[in-house]
Amino acid sequence: MRAMEAGFADPVSDAQAAFRAVLDAMARPGRLAHFAAPAEVPPGLGRAAAALALTLVDMDTAVWLGPACAPAADWLRFHCSARLAASPAAARFAFATAGECPPLAQFDLGTNEYPDQSTTLVLEVPGLARGGALTLRGPGIETVEHVGIAGLPSGFWGQRDMLHELFPRGLDIVFVAGNTALALPRTTRVEG
Amino acid sequence: MIEGYNFAYLDEQTKRMIRRALLKAVAIPGYQVPFASREMPLPYGWGTGGIQVTAAIVGRSDVLKVIDQGADDTTNAVSIRRLFANTTDVATTERTEEATIIQTRHRIPEAALREGQIMVFQVPIPEPLRWLEPREAETRRMHAHADYSVMHVKLYEDVARFGHIATGYDYPVVVDGRYLMKPSPIPKFDNPKLDRSPALMLFGAGREKRIYAVPPYTAVRSLDFEDHPFRIEKWDESCALCGASDSFLDEIVVDDSNKRMFVCSDSDYCQTRRAHGHGPAAEAKPATATKDAAE
Amino acid sequence: MYVAVKGGAKAIEASHALLDQARRGDPATPELSLAQISGQLTLAVDRVMAEGSLYDRELAALAVKQARGDLVEAIFLLRAYRTTLPRLAESLPVDTDKMRPIRRISAAYKDLPGGQMLGPTFDYTHRLLDFALAAEGKRKTVEPAADAPQTDCPRALDILDREGLIEQVAEDDASPPDLTRDPLQFPAERALRLQNLARGDEGFLLALGYSTQRGYSSTHPFAGEIRIGDVDVEIVPEELGFAVCIGDVRVTECEMINQFQGSREKPAQFTRGYGLVFGEGERKAMAMALVDRSLRAGELGEERTSPAQDEEFVLSHADNVEASGFVQHLKLPHYVDFQSELNLIRRIRADQTREAAE
Repeated sequence: MRAMEAGFADPVSDAQAAFRAVLDAMARPGRLAHFAAPAEVPPGLGRAAAALALTLVDMDTAVWLGPACAPAADWLRFHCSARLAASPAAARFAFATAGECPPLAQFDLGTNEYPDQSTTLVLEVPGLARGGALTLRGPGIETVEHVGIAGLPSGFWGQRDMLHELFPRGLDIVFVAGNTALALPRTTRVEG
Repeated sequence: MIEGYNFAYLDEQTKRMIRRALLKAVAIPGYQVPFASREMPLPYGWGTGGIQVTAAIVGRSDVLKVIDQGADDTTNAVSIRRLFANTTDVATTERTEEATIIQTRHRIPEAALREGQIMVFQVPIPEPLRWLEPREAETRRMHAHADYSVMHVKLYEDVARFGHIATGYDYPVVVDGRYLMKPSPIPKFDNPKLDRSPALMLFGAGREKRIYAVPPYTAVRSLDFEDHPFRIEKWDESCALCGASDSFLDEIVVDDSNKRMFVCSDSDYCQTRRAHGHGPAAEAKPATATKDAAE
Repeated sequence: MYVAVKGGAKAIEASHALLDQARRGDPATPELSLAQISGQLTLAVDRVMAEGSLYDRELAALAVKQARGDLVEAIFLLRAYRTTLPRLAESLPVDTDKMRPIRRISAAYKDLPGGQMLGPTFDYTHRLLDFALAAEGKRKTVEPAADAPQTDCPRALDILDREGLIEQVAEDDASPPDLTRDPLQFPAERALRLQNLARGDEGFLLALGYSTQRGYSSTHPFAGEIRIGDVDVEIVPEELGFAVCIGDVRVTECEMINQFQGSREKPAQFTRGYGLVFGEGERKAMAMALVDRSLRAGELGEERTSPAQDEEFVLSHADNVEASGFVQHLKLPHYVDFQSELNLIRRIRADQTREAAE
């Protein structure tokens, strides 16, 4: 039997650092956050995704794993006491890869009264860069930000645009690529 | 550090719960996220919401500033700073520009905030509609539909009765054109500092169990009417210690014939100005402020 | 020179020293021990455990001592400690059918299986100050009748139930919500309301319960049964898969029989109100049962007209740790806000004066 990969070496400080990184990413869409821990990652998750799981997931949050992330299930159960959700709609957190992301409207978008009761999607993509073809506007952005997000299926941005009219319901997405992350809260407008 | 408690007092599971709430709060600017607020070693109403937010975000490399009424050495600010000194080993400061986290009750510092700084506000009553509609089920519905007509009616009635919008502090704002929000009981003087600030603003209401946020560079508009535009407080006096005429002034009664002096509420701002050689303006002696200050 | 806000840290330290002195009192008098408090101020300790939501006599006694006998402060101390404790397991629901009672009465039946048992109660004492206690003299003791310990004590309300005269309580194996883990949201289901009331302030519930007896939502209560005693606490460890007893707790349970309901389709039936608290807390358990019943107005199709029927009003204000903190926070400086108000009121008056002159 394969040995389980370790979690955070310093659970208190590593989780705090990872949280501040993702908080900053969510507060300033278009900025890249970097994750140094955990040192080992489980099969199915990159370092940034693993750090987010260790930081935010526990027995109170149901997690949905896309097929490519499913090998991380045991690791999530062991380190996070996570419950696995049967469907994207039942998940507080969802981990998937760009190539196999379910239609965005299938996730829990919250209600008008409780829009916070919505899924946070952690989506692994092949690459993230500042200064790309996408133009971002909205809260957290002084004027505009330009970013590149590689490997998304065609129609992805169209699906996301459709969600805007449902606001305050919506989906908050953290794109991850290896050690880096970039967040797009539901309020960010994307062009290009 | 006190033995027997986790870093920053809260256990890691509680921190995760608060952190999840904070991320949603940032993602939905101005919306109040319910969270399972814990009992803290300080009483509800004394900053437990702010303390929980700070405890959930603070790390060893942070530099923490705590103010109450704008000052670092007011008793409750001292007490909260001591709690964090005892449960973390983070550096503390009184200098606004040095701080990475500023926990506050009732003020936003005068010095301009910068990117990367986080303001943590202690919030007594987070619901801007609460005094117009006591029922949570009802106010939640109003927010869901952005139905803020009761607030506009209230402000209009103020104007009809007093000729002014009769709110001096905790003056309601609209965040990013959508959610009506209470900025916590800061004087309306501080409202413009919220608008498109480079800093992240986090709000914690412990007893009422709500967290909300304003991300950097987010539009925060104070409610008003075209013919009654929003205006901040003004003083005819300047600070009796540093001569500042652009800061929020506390009024101090110095004798029993109603003689008064005015000094900066922001103790760091006042201190810094004095360190740079500013002193009382020549005409601003602590003399006769007995007449109506608004004349 | 203006120095009023300086010296906060020093002042706090001095205040803590004074507080410690005041707590200790005259050093010539022997210091209270925790054993004395938990053994002789038992009902104070019980109340602190109940509203502090933590069953630990020694810690509650410590809280009472540290709080100088201020029970609301002691409750706060215990809650603030409780919140730092890890949750190791969830117990099975305690089975009060299997209580080992020290007191059990029914006001609805003159006698019933298991009998009426007064136990240690202030009821029927004449409230005359007992100066023999002041002299710390030894009391004459009466051997209590050596009743066989009650083990089988069927519920008074089961008698009605067998006749179909009281509403059935639906069996519900769903895990109840927990307001210490998830914030209270409205409307709140009954299990959540009961949790809130069990932690709620005794004085607040007493006043609300009292109001229902005076016409503010009358529910025509009978004290069907009140029992005080010890119940087992059981958990099912994951690795064992069956229940094991980890200790017992003393609780007070009150079941009220209330206003009957019925319609052409449904025969008339009494309704229930329920109270359960840690320790010996009969007044609290009874008040809780009254308020529980009145809060069921919605579910029972009654018009909500009174404060005790209004769940947002009751549940939002029952917690004395919240209430005490917020009422007393008015002591904190508010001079910035007050300055804003002064500034505003002066401006309004100046405008009015100017307009009057024009």
